[in-house]
Amino acid sequence: MSGHDSTATPFTGSDGKPVMFQIRIHGRGGQGVVTAAEMLSVAGFLEGRHAQAFPSFGSERTGAPVVAFCRMATREIRLREPILEPDCLIVQDATLFKAIDVFAGLRPNGYLLVNTNKTFADLHIEQAAQRLPAGHAVIVPATELALKHVRRPVPNAALLGAFAALTEVVHFDSVKRAIEETFPGKIGAANIAAAEEAFDIVMAQERAIHAA
Amino acid sequence: MLKQIEGSRAMAEAIALCRPEVICAYPITPQTHIVEGLGELVKEGALTDCEYINVESEFAALSVAIGASAAGARAYTATASQGLLFMAEAVYNASGLGLPIVMTLGNRAIGAPINIWNDHSDAMSMRDAGWMQLFAETNQEAVDLHIQAFRLAEELSMPVMVCVDGFILTHAMERIDVPDQAQVDAFLPPYDPVQVLDPAEPASIGAMVGPEAFTEVRFLAHYKQTQALRLIQTYARDFRAAFGRESGGLLRPYRADDAEIVVVAMGSVCGTIKDTIDEMRDDGIRIGLVTIVSYRPFPTDELRRAIAGAQDVIVVEKSISPGLGGPLANDVDMALRNMPRAPHLHSAVAGLGGRAITRPSLHRLFRQATVQPWEGTHFLDLNEHIVGREIHTTRKKRRSGPTAENLLRRVAQETHPAAE
Repeated sequence: MSGHDSTATPFTGSDGKPVMFQIRIHGRGGQGVVTAAEMLSVAGFLEGRHAQAFPSFGSERTGAPVVAFCRMATREIRLREPILEPDCLIVQDATLFKAIDVFAGLRPNGYLLVNTNKTFADLHIEQAAQRLPAGHAVIVPATELALKHVRRPVPNAALLGAFAALTEVVHFDSVKRAIEETFPGKIGAANIAAAEEAFDIVMAQERAIHAA
Repeated sequence: MLKQIEGSRAMAEAIALCRPEVICAYPITPQTHIVEGLGELVKEGALTDCEYINVESEFAALSVAIGASAAGARAYTATASQGLLFMAEAVYNASGLGLPIVMTLGNRAIGAPINIWNDHSDAMSMRDAGWMQLFAETNQEAVDLHIQAFRLAEELSMPVMVCVDGFILTHAMERIDVPDQAQVDAFLPPYDPVQVLDPAEPASIGAMVGPEAFTEVRFLAHYKQTQALRLIQTYARDFRAAFGRESGGLLRPYRADDAEIVVVAMGSVCGTIKDTIDEMRDDGIRIGLVTIVSYRPFPTDELRRAIAGAQDVIVVEKSISPGLGGPLANDVDMALRNMPRAPHLHSAVAGLGGRAITRPSLHRLFRQATVQPWEGTHFLDLNEHIVGREIHTTRKKRRSGPTAENLLRRVAQETHPAAE
């Protein structure tokens, strides 16, 4: 092993062995949390990955906390336990930080993506965000973007655009294709527009962080 | 064709490829997506020559399937949990009459207390009903088992239940190879009934049988299941030859050849167990797994061969027979009976009512079995604290209240002690 950081990919561990990339999505019933995990798995599938998306299996009610999971790997995924140590957290509703332990199990070098128009300090999660490597914690106003493009408060597609920019685990093109497959026609186009703007917002944040 | 698809949807597509002629269904979580998917396929014309009948209950669903099957149609239905209990009388009738119905069971706990999540209680409640019961480990196997199930059911004229873990498999979206029509047609011949209600040649099915022949009817039902032991293996081999992958069969060993410890389990938890075994193997522990695919008929001889060299056998199952322990462990015990130098049997009950079975818990369980073996049945991740307090209260106080509500209150107090 060269020990070079640049040789590490999302699907290779520090010892060179293949590993899974695990995403946990927190939101509330009605925000398309399960659909987000499913679209993400389709994006992974389109790139030839093995991907597994599944909900947290509660009685689904509008407004109730909902969790969905997505695993990606370069080989068959056999594991059926819930994601206990996510590589990435996607938080669709920032009020959840007060209700549940969203950060439970998040890996030290993991990613955090929060849908909000506030700052980490406003949400009182600045410390948790700062513990992650530089550029691994970002915010994106996904609900605002959804209202602007889709005219409904469904932040899921926008967040997937942001996810592609943040982690580079999947290409943004695959995310767009996955959104298209899930929402054909006009609704799909509107969701893709929201995802594109979210993608650009995160890319700009990433550039600013790396320039600093 | 490889698809990124929900397990339920993939099963619906595979069942449609089997060309069922009558589907009758009543929705119940977590089976609903399967029969909804089939309804869509019939409505949009993808599945033709099929009567899709909405019925008013599970009892009616299976009763319609019985009528359709007796009239010579390939009949399919699906259910879960309380739905299976509600059709219980018809479950026994379908097998007693020797009708080759295929039914999917989206495995789910049985109430009370009401619980919509996964375990194997529903399948276990009907394990003696005379149906063959096949358990899928993955969604790919769930797809493939349905295709094999129709052939098996119709060859023997006996019904088959395909058991699929509710939510864990039915609601998971993953990469699944859904075969094409030509492949399935080549594997599954058209239904050729051994008995049929036909006005042109009148006959009756369902005679009253007294003590003079009832034992013989049951003997033949048992005999058919022993015949199935051979056929299940034959069809799994045929399936591998035609489709190029391993699915079905009686059981499937994993790293069990040189194993000192062999885990025995059924269904989707076997995936998590395999990952755990790989981790323990990295630590030098000689451990393996035997996945039971065919629970009825139970592959006693094959299991005996698979675990013969082990020192310890750990059965992990998602079911409990109160007053006995684990029913699967009891069946495994039969395979050990009269075996010279039989391995020690350890029984663990896990994942009841949807409790997640995690690698850390399995690591602890597998290590404990050899280091500090337990007596009787071990309940994985049991919250001993709240159980102990509840037992204490019921001893002290006659009118101690409903158990379920008491336990929920204790869990809430543990989670938020300030609220006490």
